[in-house]
Amino acid sequence: MSLAPSLFTSPILASATLLHIPDGFLNLVISLLCWLISLAVLAGAVRSTQRQFDERLAPLAGIMAAFIFAAQMINFPVAGGTSGHLVGATLAFIVLGPWLGMLAMTAVIASQAIIFQDGGLVVMGANILVMGIVPGVIGYGIYQMSRGRSRAVQLAATGVAAWISVMAAALVVALLLGASGTTSLSVAIPAMLGIHALIGLGEALITAAALSFVMQTRPTLVQDGAAVGQRRWVIAGTLVTLAVLLLAPLASASPDGLEWVAEQTGFLDTAQNAPYNILPDYTLPFLGETGVSTILAGLIGALLVVGVMFGLFRLLRRPRQAS
Amino acid sequence: MHANTFDRFEHRHSLIHRLDPRVKTVITLLFIVANVLLPDGAWLAFLAAWAFLLLLTVLADLPLFYAAKRSFIVLPFTLAAITVMFTLPGQPLLSWQMGSRQMMITDAGLLRFVSIVIRSWLSIQMAILLTAVTQLPDLLHALQHLRVPRILVAIISFMYRYLFVLADEAMRLLRAREARSARGWAGKSGGTIWWRARVAGHMVGQLMLRSLERSDRVYNAMLARGYDGRLLTLNPHRMQPGDWLAGVLAAAVIAGIQLLGRLPPI
Amino acid sequence: MPVFHHRADPIIASPLPAGAPVIAVHGLSFAYSDGHVALHEVSIDIHAQEKVALVGPNGAGKSTLMLHLNGILGQHDNGRVQVSGMPINRANLPHIRAKVGLVFQNPDDQLFSPTVFEDVAFGPLHMGFAEPDVRARVERALGQVGMEGFGERLSHHLSIGQKKRIAIATVLSMDPEILVLDEPSAGLDPRARRSLINLLRQLPITMLVSTHDMLMVRELFPRMIIMDEGHVVADGPTPALMSDAALLEAHGLEMP
Repeated sequence: MSLAPSLFTSPILASATLLHIPDGFLNLVISLLCWLISLAVLAGAVRSTQRQFDERLAPLAGIMAAFIFAAQMINFPVAGGTSGHLVGATLAFIVLGPWLGMLAMTAVIASQAIIFQDGGLVVMGANILVMGIVPGVIGYGIYQMSRGRSRAVQLAATGVAAWISVMAAALVVALLLGASGTTSLSVAIPAMLGIHALIGLGEALITAAALSFVMQTRPTLVQDGAAVGQRRWVIAGTLVTLAVLLLAPLASASPDGLEWVAEQTGFLDTAQNAPYNILPDYTLPFLGETGVSTILAGLIGALLVVGVMFGLFRLLRRPRQAS
Repeated sequence: MHANTFDRFEHRHSLIHRLDPRVKTVITLLFIVANVLLPDGAWLAFLAAWAFLLLLTVLADLPLFYAAKRSFIVLPFTLAAITVMFTLPGQPLLSWQMGSRQMMITDAGLLRFVSIVIRSWLSIQMAILLTAVTQLPDLLHALQHLRVPRILVAIISFMYRYLFVLADEAMRLLRAREARSARGWAGKSGGTIWWRARVAGHMVGQLMLRSLERSDRVYNAMLARGYDGRLLTLNPHRMQPGDWLAGVLAAAVIAGIQLLGRLPPI
Repeated sequence: MPVFHHRADPIIASPLPAGAPVIAVHGLSFAYSDGHVALHEVSIDIHAQEKVALVGPNGAGKSTLMLHLNGILGQHDNGRVQVSGMPINRANLPHIRAKVGLVFQNPDDQLFSPTVFEDVAFGPLHMGFAEPDVRARVERALGQVGMEGFGERLSHHLSIGQKKRIAIATVLSMDPEILVLDEPSAGLDPRARRSLINLLRQLPITMLVSTHDMLMVRELFPRMIIMDEGHVVADGPTPALMSDAALLEAHGLEMP
């Protein structure tokens, strides 16, 4: 059996592609904005890794990036013909630490774009933000809250972290597409969240199971590098979560706001025949009328809130310090 | 079976293959940026861009529709854009009753949707072409010269080397699972979803530990050959006059296409 | 950042004092951080132009000993390791690593660069040679292992036999005084194994080779060292040790 067909006919890539934005779907201003944010964060990562003067880091991060890529091939049937598999940001951040994990995820995303055209080149900044930085920081932040607690709590927190990280990534993709005028937010947000609630389940289960395996066989691996300076990652994770969460209802509540951005940024697209008017109605008949989208969105929103509450609860009730 | 089947480089000795990888990378990026900037419905410009792409394909000694055949990976994503057909205001082209609701495709919406798909389709073809005519190690040299931080280039380079090794290992794990899992007549997988996830998670954990051990051995192998933390490489590429010329020509063509797309319709 | 920079003083092997062993190990003991004692009072001398086989069951300490010869395991607990008369310490490390060409068992660990050229150039580059010298060394090393023209090939496209040859070239390009190979013939099919044995026979260089391949030992190596459970249990001419059936059996070895 050859790897290539199984890699491309399997649902692995098909489902992964929804987070890998191709070129042409984001407008240039949004693409550049994402590059700007990603580059600023990556510059911090590069500076921080170089400051550590650890010669081992380059081969370690490179091989672990290859591991994330290979691990994405390992899937398991969830339900109804879909299969769960790994995106990997949370796992990479936990095992390698946030900065190195970020660089490894960047390498994964860059290689997928360069070698397999899975994700565009000019929009790569957006893909790094969506699949590397946002889910990693959120997942790692939530995971950090559970440090020093029992193994079961840590694993549960890891699962929740991984699920929320994928949902956040999906949400950001929807927002970027909406802001680019490529899709209508009222459809994109519930659709993306709905699909990724399931994909995120695979992410959550595999991440937690993989971590549990490592905790059993090589406990020192996940206990090293604990404690100092991790609190700021908890804060960073919480802030990014809140930012993403606040953006979403804001955007859905006043889609005109984002459409306005799209229009303003659309100045580059000179030949937009129809100028934007007040949109007649932002709901789509086949989803909006049946109320499915509303219910789905509400459900997912509620789950998200529960997750964040869980995280905040952990953050606030953290009396004893892990040592 | 060998994992190198998913290496997309096409070995040829064409004009395009011999170009400096920096030129190819910059031109590819320029082409995609220009593409994204083309206005909706700039059909002539889209056509010209595609013609340019086909010309490059021929110059690269590849089959004419080489890139087009491999470009379908964007298809699932076009679903994301389908909604603009309905939500962009404009003259109704097509409308029908669905339930109690009026469905309406507008001309502006259709125009936007088709333009998005074409732009994305052109962009991915160019990226496919770049991968087919440039070995990844050469691309990495180009990235290094284009000021991508050394550590990132090194990480991608290690990743590329071990991608194939670890993908092989993952395949072996998957096959071992396959060999031991009996399936019912309806193709139903056994066990609860939790159990299945646990098996997959343990495989991932296994693969992770092996990868970590491998990174130790690789680090030792580097130390044994004098590695001291500096990531040194030789640069096999020198920009020749021909490279500059090709770069300028291609940039001019791309600018021309952009102009074509922005001319007022006659 | 400059892409290529080299030291003011490339590492050039200083001549070995006449009659001194290339490698001198005396009373070396070593335990890993998990407490596992891998080496007990190991002593061996290897002189220039010797070809020595290192045999013994898995876990005997062969690989640990080899890593020590290159200073990779850091400080040893006690005993003395000298390479070309130099003790292993931080200042000597670059020189020692240039003199001891250590080739690991799995060529996928040894070949960590995308292309063959980059891998064979890795050692000379880190020794501080200028670009023309590096290129010349890569050419020569690839020629020595019969892989001329493979420079631009991607490592993951090579067969195992080819990878093993290139792995040897990656240290030959550093001009080592001794080649230390960990199980070079493991995993090779008969034809690739034969071609590797021919290659090892032709290379005019001092060699220490760990292996389970007793046929190869008899064919290539006049001297043989048997290790078991961290001890050197025998060290002598291969024909003599090979004919001692009781000794071989006691350490899980088979007479070829």
